[in-house]
Amino acid sequence: MMDEFLSSIISVLFYGVAYGMVLYVISVGLSITMGMMGVANLAHGVFAMSGGYILVTALAKFHIPFPLALALAFFIVAFASVFLDRLLYKHIYGSPELEQVLFSIALIFIAIAIARIVFGTLQQPVLLPDYLKDQFTFLGRDFPAYRVFIIIFSSLLIGVLWFGVENTKWGAMVRATVDHREMAQSIGINTKLLFSVTFAVGSGLAGLGGALGAEIIAIQPTYPLEQLVFFLIVVSVGGLGSLKGPFIAALLIGVLDTACKYWLPEFGAFFIYIVTIGILLWRPMGLLGKRA
Amino acid sequence: MTKFIGFQSDSRIRKTELLPWIFAVVVFFVLPEYLSLGAQILTFILFALSLDLITGYAGVVTLGHAAFFGVGAYTCGILSAKLGITDPILLIICSAIACALLGFFTGLVILRTQKLTQLMLTLAIAALCYEVANKATLITGGADGLTGVIIGPVLGLFKFDFLNKTAYLWCLVILFIFWVVIRRIIYSPFGITLAGIKENKQRMQAIGVPVMSYLLKAYTLAAMVAGIAGALITQTNQFVGLNVIGFEPSGEILVMLILGGVGRMYGAFVGPFLFLIAQDYLAKKFPEYWNLGIGLMLLMVVLYAKGGILGLFDKLFAKSEEPK
Repeated sequence: MMDEFLSSIISVLFYGVAYGMVLYVISVGLSITMGMMGVANLAHGVFAMSGGYILVTALAKFHIPFPLALALAFFIVAFASVFLDRLLYKHIYGSPELEQVLFSIALIFIAIAIARIVFGTLQQPVLLPDYLKDQFTFLGRDFPAYRVFIIIFSSLLIGVLWFGVENTKWGAMVRATVDHREMAQSIGINTKLLFSVTFAVGSGLAGLGGALGAEIIAIQPTYPLEQLVFFLIVVSVGGLGSLKGPFIAALLIGVLDTACKYWLPEFGAFFIYIVTIGILLWRPMGLLGKRA
Repeated sequence: MTKFIGFQSDSRIRKTELLPWIFAVVVFFVLPEYLSLGAQILTFILFALSLDLITGYAGVVTLGHAAFFGVGAYTCGILSAKLGITDPILLIICSAIACALLGFFTGLVILRTQKLTQLMLTLAIAALCYEVANKATLITGGADGLTGVIIGPVLGLFKFDFLNKTAYLWCLVILFIFWVVIRRIIYSPFGITLAGIKENKQRMQAIGVPVMSYLLKAYTLAAMVAGIAGALITQTNQFVGLNVIGFEPSGEILVMLILGGVGRMYGAFVGPFLFLIAQDYLAKKFPEYWNLGIGLMLLMVVLYAKGGILGLFDKLFAKSEEPK
């Protein structure tokens, strides 16, 4: 009895952390770019969905090895986001919030329509390589290799990202711009260029996260709309412009969601929303937020 | 500068403002086969009008306005299907009270915050309402929807018929009443104070306006009117489904309002009217292109035509009036 309970706790934690990692990799770019430019970009999920479709297509149609497909998801999405930024997003920097919201809703609608036309409405199957389909045995328990891979890969990625933001010159400039854009601009940081680069990296990460989590968050046309709430929760609970806040929030949401699905499926996502509302009431700027 | 409809301008009803009502009455006699769609449109106009009050005039951007629409719809549906209350006026009053209370208490929470946090809170509250409606299947019917809604005759005289004649007129009467109320509010000192808060919250605070209390009143009122619109949709359809609550209808009504033109009262008439007719024709035939079209149109409106369709008309007329 006790052992059963312990083992269910371990699996909830394990699955929850894997899900949380994916949420974080997808959402971290949103937190930084929103913190930098103050753009309410609800269409961030579009990048994640695109990454997922790129991975699925690369695996199924072109038989590209899994690691390469992941890299493709990152680079294609990052590259495409630069065009999107120069073409469309540049019109809404500094616009009223309502326009930003509607602009990004418009992008979501267009992305959903394109995904539906190109791929159809069905959920895309992910052809994982055999080495990720195995079970991984640790301390007498079985863990699916795919999720172990997600956790390890994301941890490394997050380590590199945090190191980059904390210890490189680019990271210092990003932090300066998040803290005070006008000041950063006036001491000679090209905030526009910096933002473009950061936007590309953030979008690329979303694409990578979408690809990485394609088995966990199903790749289908309504993805950007259905997952939007979760990405926004991660960012707003974690705190805009923060790097570590969303990490805590993503793990919290990941574990909480998994736990609710496991023990209290009849309540759905009810507790997630309750916790979100509670945290935002307690700390309106999020756990580690720089601004609302 | 955009022309303000508000306290400064002449508050008498202009002849053009009667056009929608004349049109609605003509439709009743000329196009009886479209009364079902017509009743939907009237309901969504009322819904959009309530959103215009809080977003267009008071400047509170909400992604969760359908929480009130949905709670209004479910209140009306549950009272009728489970408790056997069938009087349409009483049902509307109950929905209005429920949503005003919900609006008041969520407003207390939401209006304290701003920007992303505010967006997120409105979204979370709508999502919460959706989750309750989805999971409390015993009361709400869950994903299958709530059936067994029976609506008695209006004032004991006019039965809801299969041709939707009563439903159409009933929606029209309620919409007219709240059009008068909201119009009165917009032309009042209260309305212009809201516009001031939208333009510059800090300055309004500084000249001594109790901003929070004004916003809370407006939010509660908008919630109540949205709830009444929700009750109307239940009475027209005699059914409540999950599509009235949550983020998607919230986004949709925002889109309708923006297409019509936000903060100009009649945008709330034009937007739902065109959107729902287009949806009725196109969405079922070309579902994927429907989303694409709406997305592109929305993009155009945000980038090039910030006043929506009515804003475009204003520009056209402004140009033709200029001396050559």
